[in-house]
Amino acid sequence: MNRLRLWLLAVGGAGLAALLVAACLDLPGFGGDRHPYGDRAVHASLLRHTANTVASVNFDQRAYDTLGEMSILFAAVLGCVVLLRQARDEHRAPPEPAGVARPVRRYALLVLPVALVTGLYVIAHGQLSPGGGFQGGVVAATALHLLYLGADYGALERVRPLGVYETTDALATGAYLVLGLAPVLAGTAFLANTLLPYGTFNTLSSGGTVPLLNAAIGMEVASAAVVLLAHFLDQAVEIEEEHGS
Amino acid sequence: MHVLPYLVAVHLFLTGCYGLATSRNLIHAVGCLAVCQSATYVLLLAVGYRDGGTAPVFSDIRPGSRPVVDPVVQALTLTDIVVGATVTALLLALVLQIAKRHGTVDPDELRELRG
Amino acid sequence: MRHLLPLLVALPLLGAALLVATGRRLPRVAVEITGFTVCGGTAALALVLLLNSAPPLTEWVGAWPPAGRESVGILVVGDGPALGMATLASLLTLAALAYSWRYFDAPPHGHTGAYTALMLVFQGAMCGFALAGDLFNAFVFFELMSVVAYALTGYRIDEAKAVQGALTFGIVNSLGAYALLMGIALLYARTGELAMARIGHGLDAAGPGGPDALVLASFVLVLTGLLVKAAAVPFHFWLPDAHAVAPTPVCMLLSGVMVELGAYGVWRVYGTVFAGPGGIPAADLTRALVTLGALTAVTGAVMCWYQRHIKRLLAYSTVAHTGLFLVGLGVLTPEADDGVALYLLGHAGVKAALFACAGALLDRFGSVDEHSLHGRGRPLRATGVMCAVGALGLAGLPPFGTALGKAVAEEAVGGPLTVVYVAASAITAGAVLRVTARVFLGLGPRPRDAEYETSGSHEEPETTGLLSRVPDTMTTVPAVLLAAALAMGVVPGFGALVARSVGPAGSGGAHWTAHGVLLGVASTALAVALAGLAVTRPDWTAAPGWAAPLRRLQSGHVGDYVAWLLVGTTVLGALALPGVLGS
Repeated sequence: MNRLRLWLLAVGGAGLAALLVAACLDLPGFGGDRHPYGDRAVHASLLRHTANTVASVNFDQRAYDTLGEMSILFAAVLGCVVLLRQARDEHRAPPEPAGVARPVRRYALLVLPVALVTGLYVIAHGQLSPGGGFQGGVVAATALHLLYLGADYGALERVRPLGVYETTDALATGAYLVLGLAPVLAGTAFLANTLLPYGTFNTLSSGGTVPLLNAAIGMEVASAAVVLLAHFLDQAVEIEEEHGS
Repeated sequence: MHVLPYLVAVHLFLTGCYGLATSRNLIHAVGCLAVCQSATYVLLLAVGYRDGGTAPVFSDIRPGSRPVVDPVVQALTLTDIVVGATVTALLLALVLQIAKRHGTVDPDELRELRG
Repeated sequence: MRHLLPLLVALPLLGAALLVATGRRLPRVAVEITGFTVCGGTAALALVLLLNSAPPLTEWVGAWPPAGRESVGILVVGDGPALGMATLASLLTLAALAYSWRYFDAPPHGHTGAYTALMLVFQGAMCGFALAGDLFNAFVFFELMSVVAYALTGYRIDEAKAVQGALTFGIVNSLGAYALLMGIALLYARTGELAMARIGHGLDAAGPGGPDALVLASFVLVLTGLLVKAAAVPFHFWLPDAHAVAPTPVCMLLSGVMVELGAYGVWRVYGTVFAGPGGIPAADLTRALVTLGALTAVTGAVMCWYQRHIKRLLAYSTVAHTGLFLVGLGVLTPEADDGVALYLLGHAGVKAALFACAGALLDRFGSVDEHSLHGRGRPLRATGVMCAVGALGLAGLPPFGTALGKAVAEEAVGGPLTVVYVAASAITAGAVLRVTARVFLGLGPRPRDAEYETSGSHEEPETTGLLSRVPDTMTTVPAVLLAAALAMGVVPGFGALVARSVGPAGSGGAHWTAHGVLLGVASTALAVALAGLAVTRPDWTAAPGWAAPLRRLQSGHVGDYVAWLLVGTTVLGALALPGVLGS
């Protein structure tokens, strides 16, 4: 270990630690009652008939942050497509079918539909109960990969036409943007939740555009996660370096 | 003990930094970065906590009947988690390519860029 | 008009989504034309909004106008500096896309649109960061910008240096971003707000007695994130490693505008959040920024001089110039802000043009190494001339826009800091002139290799095989960029326009003075003298003993860079401490 680095680390770490601990002692006590923004957010959420305040913050009050967040995911998928492409000195080999222990196979195939439905349920009820597009999308995408555990890579590839998922990812991103742009055409602010009726509190169709944006995010996250995992799995299973090149 | 959760966040951040600086394996380094990031989750959620508060979801409680924790920091944390997951994925993709091009994932053995 | 502000983010993103959705079926020409149209349309919109930005446009995204003084929405600010940066980012993206028209070899199979889409997302992210009036929203776009930049930096996965540089970039910048987020969380805990202006009010209301440790810590953490992006010493180590290996069109954006957005962020955050009585006193900010800025300028200039890898040399010159910008912003006068704004615009044109020239060398010869290219650049006359002109622009030869901006900033900072300005610009320009003389004219003996350095030979070209001639796009784009940098200093009223956009208070406008012209000519003369000396007497200008440890610090080891980042936070805290103790 480099001695200079250890000295730097000691000095820098001690300084930062002192600074942060001093700051913590000045913070308002844990569990305090003063949350002005939070209180306003709860109030605004109830006004717009959205039962889950977090969903209201994510898809209504601060939907613009979520746009950035979704773009980060979209960009990361694009980045992984670029970074994990087949290099000049590599080729693809179809993976060998692999044997799977019977209990694993049974369990995986049994859980797969349950997990998929759970994911879709979590997406659909995002504005009512804890969860939403991000959480449900990940669950749904992971569900498909149980096929890799329960059968083999070939089976997963058959239910996973990558092109379709990549296009869905882009279309869902586009849908979120179009939902944001529609109010601008109507003469109000970007991502304004003013075009649709707010519906009855605590029902699936409540919250105006919140369920729509939530669904777009769910679709985007599910397909993005599938594509991301696919590129990593391709690297592990299919892509091989040329020998003797 | 009203500052303990904040101190946990500080501890996590500094531990992650120590791991990053002394790491001998790039995959481990990416993991340490995730530790640094979890410090931000802890800090955000600790800042938003309210004594006796429950989740800010009103599908099964009557508004105003119970205190709820700050929903804004929860939304921020959700954003933060997505950011963290995607950054980790990208960095791991880069580590994978480094392993192929350099034949090692030990930062001490990468000698292409210096001076 | 104000409803159109978020479109600067939404349009490029929509274009990128469209390209990815249809990219696998479109021919490459269609993809590039789409990218060009979307990028150009956004640039035009940014320009129109910029011309209408007095009084500043503000928009609550999601139509959440403040009830009383508080809102639950996100504020987007379209004032002169914000829209100016968005316009600069958009125009430079347009230039980079034009430059890469014939540039890359086959894009990833089945993903014809991937590169163009990433560039569009990058453009949207930079616009979003520039316009952010909400601290957390700024963090989101900061991260978006970073994520795209990591992917673009590592684009050439066949190149060992490229993937290493991209990973270093990724780790150091992400750590900086998390520090920024810790700072935001501390500020939220104190004030319960996220809009920058509301946080500022909250700090003033909470601490009329002056700042305490919490304000200091949040200031240090937020600035750490932004200064990592701005590559200030000692947060700068990632920049040469990343900019030297990124594809050339990406370098144009990274050096031309992304790094400068870090400095812009410092200006914006200090001015809106920490400038009040409850924030950090002005004297402390000046101490911190001027110290780090001057150190950055000197380090960047010295390291720039000793490089032989041409793109790495240009990357260090970006470090040096960002240092100068930070010094200018640190003195907190309207005149200095005007000067820095002009200098930044001129620098973007000149630096992007110089990177474009380096890219032409890379694709013609498969090398960006000053030593191995000695004399081989003779056939590329146009590129050689542009390199020389770019070097003069870097030195600040009147009437370049860089010269006008530098002159105004020099006058505003005054005293010994003027010396830093003259020296840093002369040394970096001298290094570029030296390269031009050796590569394009074959002057002087071939220099000897040093022990601890990065060579630029044996690089993979970014085109399909080596080019037999440089395509027209790769000479037109730098020519246009240089012409723009020149026009900024020549067109009457441009300086005044920039000054009006920067601050409504107005410093009376940036204009030429005899003092400024003299200093500009002096630094150019110094640059020419240095280059002449280096070419004719290479032994006199070889690295002396004291420069070796400095070069050894740039070890390429990500652990070292993280340790330096921690030291940087401590130094920043120490520099800003007196104001907290004194209150």
